[in-house]
Amino acid sequence: MNDLNIYLTVGAILFSLGLYGVITRRNGVAVLMGVELILNSANVNFVAFARFGGMNLSGHIFAMFVIILAAAEAAVALAIIINLYNKFGTVNVDDARSLKQ
Amino acid sequence: MMTFAPYFLILPLAAFAIQIFFGKRLPRKGDWVSITAVGTTLCLAIAMFVMMLFLYEPGAKAEQSFEWFNLGELSVKIGVLIDNVTVIMLLVVALVSGLVHLYSVGYMKDDPRYSRYFGYLSLFTFSMNGIILSNNLLSIYMFWELVGLSSYLLIGFWFEKDSAANASKKAFLVNRVGDIGMFIGIMLFFTATGSFLFSDIFAGVAAGALPLPLLTVAGLCLFAGAIGKSAQVPLHVWLPDAMEGPTPVSALIHAATMVAAGVYLTFRMFPLFTPEALTVIAYVGGVTAIFAAIIAVTQNDIKRVLAYSTVSQLGYMVMAIGTGAYVAGFFHLTTHAAFKAALFLCSGSVIHAMHHAYHKLGDHDSDPQDMRNMGGMKSKMKITFLTMFMATLALSGVPFMSGFLSKDAILAGTLSFATHHPEHFLLPLFGFGAALLTAFYMFRLIFMTFYGKPAKQEVLDNIHESPATMTTPLIVLATLSIFIVYTLPYINPFSDHGWFTDLIVATNSVVPQHVNPSAHEIAEGIHHAHLPAMIISLIVAFTGIALAVVIYLKKKFSAEKLAKNLALPYKLSFNKFFVDEIYDRFLINPTIKLAKAVGFFDWEIYDKYFINGFGRITERLSRFIGITMDYDVLDQQIVDGVGKSTRFFGGALKFIQTGKIQNYLVWVLGGIIIIFIIQAM
Amino acid sequence: MSLSDLTFFFVVALTIGSALYVVTSQKLVYSAMALFFTLLGIAGLFVFLMADFIAGTQIVIYVGGILVLIVFGIMLTNRISDVRLSHTSMQRGVGGVVVLLIFAGLYKMISSAPWYLESASAPESSVKGIGKLLMIEYLLPFEVASVLLLAALVGAAMLSRKSKS
Repeated sequence: MNDLNIYLTVGAILFSLGLYGVITRRNGVAVLMGVELILNSANVNFVAFARFGGMNLSGHIFAMFVIILAAAEAAVALAIIINLYNKFGTVNVDDARSLKQ
Repeated sequence: MMTFAPYFLILPLAAFAIQIFFGKRLPRKGDWVSITAVGTTLCLAIAMFVMMLFLYEPGAKAEQSFEWFNLGELSVKIGVLIDNVTVIMLLVVALVSGLVHLYSVGYMKDDPRYSRYFGYLSLFTFSMNGIILSNNLLSIYMFWELVGLSSYLLIGFWFEKDSAANASKKAFLVNRVGDIGMFIGIMLFFTATGSFLFSDIFAGVAAGALPLPLLTVAGLCLFAGAIGKSAQVPLHVWLPDAMEGPTPVSALIHAATMVAAGVYLTFRMFPLFTPEALTVIAYVGGVTAIFAAIIAVTQNDIKRVLAYSTVSQLGYMVMAIGTGAYVAGFFHLTTHAAFKAALFLCSGSVIHAMHHAYHKLGDHDSDPQDMRNMGGMKSKMKITFLTMFMATLALSGVPFMSGFLSKDAILAGTLSFATHHPEHFLLPLFGFGAALLTAFYMFRLIFMTFYGKPAKQEVLDNIHESPATMTTPLIVLATLSIFIVYTLPYINPFSDHGWFTDLIVATNSVVPQHVNPSAHEIAEGIHHAHLPAMIISLIVAFTGIALAVVIYLKKKFSAEKLAKNLALPYKLSFNKFFVDEIYDRFLINPTIKLAKAVGFFDWEIYDKYFINGFGRITERLSRFIGITMDYDVLDQQIVDGVGKSTRFFGGALKFIQTGKIQNYLVWVLGGIIIIFIIQAM
Repeated sequence: MSLSDLTFFFVVALTIGSALYVVTSQKLVYSAMALFFTLLGIAGLFVFLMADFIAGTQIVIYVGGILVLIVFGIMLTNRISDVRLSHTSMQRGVGGVVVLLIFAGLYKMISSAPWYLESASAPESSVKGIGKLLMIEYLLPFEVASVLLLAALVGAAMLSRKSKS
């Protein structure tokens, strides 16, 4: 299918689902998965614009940077979650609401 | 000559600054600083004087002006004027000042404020030189006030004594009366001519910048300053009291130089005076001359006699200017400076000796200045006696002395004036009367001090001649009282013709419409009156001396009996015509009463009702504002209301604050949705 | 409908369906597995968009790296023996409404916006172009990204080590 709107709609659906995950999930790792979905929806948009919107290879480069960022983010976020687990014994983000130890 | 001028100001001023700030720490308490400074100015003055003699040019004049400040249209210039008058004045001031400095080394030796004394003397010398060198009324006025200040400081030098402190205040205040007049006069001339420079003012007046009546008023206002500074009636009261200062100061400031500043100013401004103004000046001078002479006859304090004598002689000079013989007035100023300074320094020497004698005897109550306690000191203080005798001869107008020439010239001037204007016959009468009295009281002073028997023999035994630093100035000044000093290269003891009259020539009046006689006419008149004046003045002088001899030396008449027979005049004279009392009664007491009444009004009515009423109203108002408005309304309703509403909203909103990030995220998304909706609409 | 179209819709359905499972599943490990399929589907979408290099990168990094990392995270923070790791959700209703509204807004924007379109011929291979762009035009961001990765590496290592006390 060569239609920009379809890709954008898919991106929007993925974004909405990722957002839903971020809002509803208690587990930190699941929240992280929602974030990954959001990032991927952005990537879909970038590459779709690269294909149809005249961004050409620059869009690809941006998508690549997003992937790089996602990797870094995942690493740091998981490190934080593990820290959280060590401190509180849980990874539920709504349990970790005290501002200091 | 111009190049010398700044040193006359810089050196004494620097000496003053050094003395005031570092004097106490310098070796010998720094007296050498002042003496060096004044000595240098004396050398410069002598150099200028010699240059003047070599030049021998009556019209010699050097003037330099510069713009001091500029206010738009108004450009104020000041500058320096050096002519023969300036040179002579500078020499007089530097000489007397130098000798007084030297004399003070001995006289003030043990004073705790020795260095400050010399600092003040230097300040005075600076200011006086400033007056002399000025070519404009503005800087004259400034230096005029500065000499007033240094005079105030020196009169009140022993301010521990109440009488000295009061005398200094009196001098300052009385001078202020005259100075206000002078300031008005200066401003009148400035408004009319737009300049403070003498030359500009003279040119402006000659061109008719001021109408004649206004010119009279302006001239008299200017003369008011001279009345104050030169202690003319009715502002003479400060000078006798000024004798509370150290005697060398009396010699320098209150006999030779500062009091002459008034005469000098009148002399400088002579071309500006209208005939009416000159008549007033002449009468002021004449009355002062006779008035002070009468008072001097009965005084017992040696310095007071000399003080009234000074007032009287200043009256002479002013009278001379008023009658047009103003060169004679200036001549008298010069000669008088020398012999009056000599007299004061001699009296200082006497007082010094008396003081030490009393000190040795442990007598702290007797007055070392009272002539009744003195007597017979001739043999003990030879130098002092001789020099004082010479100066007395000069002051009395005895031939071969300088005073004879100058006094004679003045009397000739008044006589000539009276022959031209017979209605003013009183003026020569004042003059000759004063001459008679002067001779009388001066010889009375000499006889009471140096002849006869002392009140206490042991006091006389302890009298010693003063040290050389004190006697040297006496000798120098007494030498300057000899006629020949002023008449070279001619040697005629009966004529004042000499370098002085050659170099100082009268200038014509600049008053328009030729209402004043020209300088030549005046000189003619004086020349004609010269011989009769001389004869009469000789007669009166010797009569006065003879009277003194008869009463005080030979004791043919008892002075006490005479005083009893002439009770009323004696009382008047002894109490100085009650001038101080009259001022007290009619000027000072009413002023104090007025001040008290005003003070009463101020405190009882204004303060208590008006100011306190204000306070009460303010208090009520503030109570109303404070309690009703501020506390009840503002604090309770608004300020507390803010807190209350905050608490209410906080209580309501705290349920949103869950601490769960995801809750917040929902709120954020809700916000985004609202933005979407707004965007879509 | 051509074969490619069918394939496309299949890929789309796979992606969206597994994404839905990721966010709704009660079991954490299942979610992770569903995420695997989502990422794979997205890589397929990239292929349809002629982005071969990005598709490859997607698989290598996401599937091979991030997903493994996530699984590690699950394992490290839960008892491994319990395969049926359950995890609860919260504020489902509110979240659903909000997300639906957001999606509605996005969809309205996508459908109504006058997108700038430029039909470009698909390149033979994007690898060469991307390589040139990375080494020439985007060299600085590339280097910055490498520094960022290093920082993330160091940061993650520091954060997750056991505190000494």
